[in-house]
Amino acid sequence: TMALRHKNTRRIEGLDSNVWVEFTKVAADPSIVNLGQGLPDISPPSYVKEELAKAAALDRLNQYTRGFGHPSLVKALSQVYERVCGRKIDPLTDILVTVGAYGSLFSTIQALIDEGDEVIIIEPFYDCYEPMVRMAGGKPVFIPLRYKNNGNSASSADWVLDPAELANKFNSKTKAIILNTPHNPIGKVFTREELQVIADLCIKHDTLCISDEVYEWLVYKGNKHIKIATLPGMWERTITIGSAGKTYSVTGWKLGWSIGPQNLIKHLQVVHQNTLYTCATPLQEALAQALWTDYKRMDDPGCYFYSLSRELESKRDRMAQLLREAGLKPVVPDGGYFMIVDVSALNVDLSGVDEKQPYDYKFVKWMIASKKLSAIPLSAFCGPETKRQFEKYIRFCFIKKDSTLDAAEVILKNWNKQAA
Amino acid sequence: LSLSLQAKMSRPVQARRLEGIDKNIWVEFVKLAATYSTVNLGQGFPDFPPPDFLKEAFVRALSGESHMLHQYTRAFGHPPLVKILARFFGKLLGRDLDPMTNVMVTVGAYQALFCCFQAFIDEGDEVIIIEPFFDCYEPMVKMAGGTPVFVPLRPKDPKDGKLMSSADWQLDPAELASKFSERTKAIVLNSPNNPLGKVFSRGELELIADLCVKHDVLCVSDEVYEWLVYDGKEHIRIASLPGMWDRTVIIGSAGKTFSATGWKVGWVVGPNRLLQHLRTVHQNSVYHCATVAQDAVAQGFQRELELYGNPDSYFIQLPKELQQKRDWLIQSLDAVGMKPIVPEGTYFLVADISKFKSDVPDVPDSDEPYDSRFAKWMVKNKGLAAIPLSAFYSQAHKNNYNHFIRFCFAKEEATLKAANDILQKWKQEKTTP
Repeated sequence: TMALRHKNTRRIEGLDSNVWVEFTKVAADPSIVNLGQGLPDISPPSYVKEELAKAAALDRLNQYTRGFGHPSLVKALSQVYERVCGRKIDPLTDILVTVGAYGSLFSTIQALIDEGDEVIIIEPFYDCYEPMVRMAGGKPVFIPLRYKNNGNSASSADWVLDPAELANKFNSKTKAIILNTPHNPIGKVFTREELQVIADLCIKHDTLCISDEVYEWLVYKGNKHIKIATLPGMWERTITIGSAGKTYSVTGWKLGWSIGPQNLIKHLQVVHQNTLYTCATPLQEALAQALWTDYKRMDDPGCYFYSLSRELESKRDRMAQLLREAGLKPVVPDGGYFMIVDVSALNVDLSGVDEKQPYDYKFVKWMIASKKLSAIPLSAFCGPETKRQFEKYIRFCFIKKDSTLDAAEVILKNWNKQAA
Repeated sequence: LSLSLQAKMSRPVQARRLEGIDKNIWVEFVKLAATYSTVNLGQGFPDFPPPDFLKEAFVRALSGESHMLHQYTRAFGHPPLVKILARFFGKLLGRDLDPMTNVMVTVGAYQALFCCFQAFIDEGDEVIIIEPFFDCYEPMVKMAGGTPVFVPLRPKDPKDGKLMSSADWQLDPAELASKFSERTKAIVLNSPNNPLGKVFSRGELELIADLCVKHDVLCVSDEVYEWLVYDGKEHIRIASLPGMWDRTVIIGSAGKTFSATGWKVGWVVGPNRLLQHLRTVHQNSVYHCATVAQDAVAQGFQRELELYGNPDSYFIQLPKELQQKRDWLIQSLDAVGMKPIVPEGTYFLVADISKFKSDVPDVPDSDEPYDSRFAKWMVKNKGLAAIPLSAFYSQAHKNNYNHFIRFCFAKEEATLKAANDILQKWKQEKTTP
């Protein structure tokens, strides 16, 4: 009986495994060139680091602050996003500060998803969406992005939803759809037309939209990030999620935010006050100051919101070039800092590897061990039906300093030589 | 509109798990304190800074060569922190602890509590909560679908002339035993106890432990005030009692340990068999905790490990300072006719205001407990903020002990003197016709 009684709850049954726990451990070896986990090895801007040092020196900033978000931070966020969205955002009622965007996703899903609710998830997806929906008793309903094969250069824009297929996924049980734009892992930046298709269905079926926009500032030339919450009829049914970690290359600060209408945010606030109550004070103050600095120069190309994406665009182009030189066809992303690539052209035969894992899991493990290069297998980002479709793809992260990309270049050039 | 769409639109948008947990005492009282108070002895946080060595550790972490402390660390706890916690608590518990499996870092002790309830409490499970209790236990149990079962600490009158002590508030053994049923999944223990300051004795812990073992119940042991014990008392860890390690999750807090509540670093210590499930909740809710603060706390613990038992240790200095502050506040309250209950631990004390009530009349049919009305009147009219004891009771029992208020004394000398001035002036105004 002892074993039975201290068993885990139903809500976490089957949610114990996690691709990151598996792969970050393996890639932690410093001799591995780590292009796996989405972790910048470039430095955050110095003014951001300085703000944290300044904040920590102030005694009162070492004690509890306002639960739903430090006052100066929610004020700064409301100003930045009022400007972006073109609408009034109340810092106290329309914003919740959370422990990373991850915490916002959790608060949103716990607040709004009940037993039996269906949640549409677009594949491939940031892997936490599925277990979070399940933990809330919801039922994930998957729909894949499909590659429309029209031309040689693979771009993230070539991956699209089939509007009829999407419409079929909506029914009376559909509580929400999770949108991620710019998209992890593909890097797709949804166009206004694509967002309108989703918005129309949300309005028709009275469905909520959970919009994960953590990479909102990382869009490359020729692309524009559009907030679905700004489309007609969408503000009242959308929670938009952002991340300090991705905005300022400070993933270790673990600060994120949810923005939306009071009648939805108030429920997220209830979850927050019953889960961790408040986020760390000095980090929130430092983030507020950093946001003010960039808010004041939002008309200036020097603003970090724009300069980071310029810096990353050249890294993106370099990464794509390296992969091409290795004989591969990368999917060039329009946004974000990940790139996916089909590795079948490398013809690595892993049929002998005795593991019941998809090909890409086996490939990445083999690549880490034999090539000292890490990536993340794409099937980690898919529901059960679609895993086979994506099991030849792996994901590289390119928010890396030049020396890391140099080391990757050496490995990829040598690989090609061996293959030839 | 289709029928199914109408039906959908008429249902509430929020999930059922939020039912009955939306109210929160702090939202109201923090706002009142911010608006009216000149002296805030309400919410539990120090108004003095964290120790210099800890602030320096934070700065060192930031100014280091590597900027990687601004990036993700290990999800279940920054390696330097879990390693030192394993060593430190291993020493205290007389056990060999594995930093990777017996320790997990959380966003404050608050998130540790959340992980425990989510991991172990299912629909219909009962959880015993000892009243008065830190108010979040009840809504967290409910959010997990559990049923809170309350058992009160009951005050025994002190010996003639003496002030009541938190030790005089005790569980009735038979009453406690009656609360255990086959549906009981866990009991929440908080020692030292917030709000009373009670430090459970070995005998009292054995009583609880015996019942846990007998009924195969888990113990969620909230020990955030573990270092704040006075008068030579000892904080005993229930996990060190026979049969308890395997069924206990110990919760700790850097905020309380190092007077840095705004850092939000907490931890759980326990057997892997239980912690594995806390890890599952953690990885599906926040996943990582902020890196820099964890690094600084690790350095803080390193220093304390080296100074353990030494008079320079912060874990010895802090309770020494707080005991003095406790005694000042006791004097202040006693002098004006509020009857303080001397706390054995924590930085809270509860005072009986029944002889001090004249300014705030009873309102027989009021929904609001007397102490809540008193506390609100006091902050608005006297500028002194405190928290009504009824905040720490279940809805059904809020009027059982409704003439007590809780003060936090983790405050600078100047703050406590200012509180004393307010109380003295108030008393004079009452005695003047």
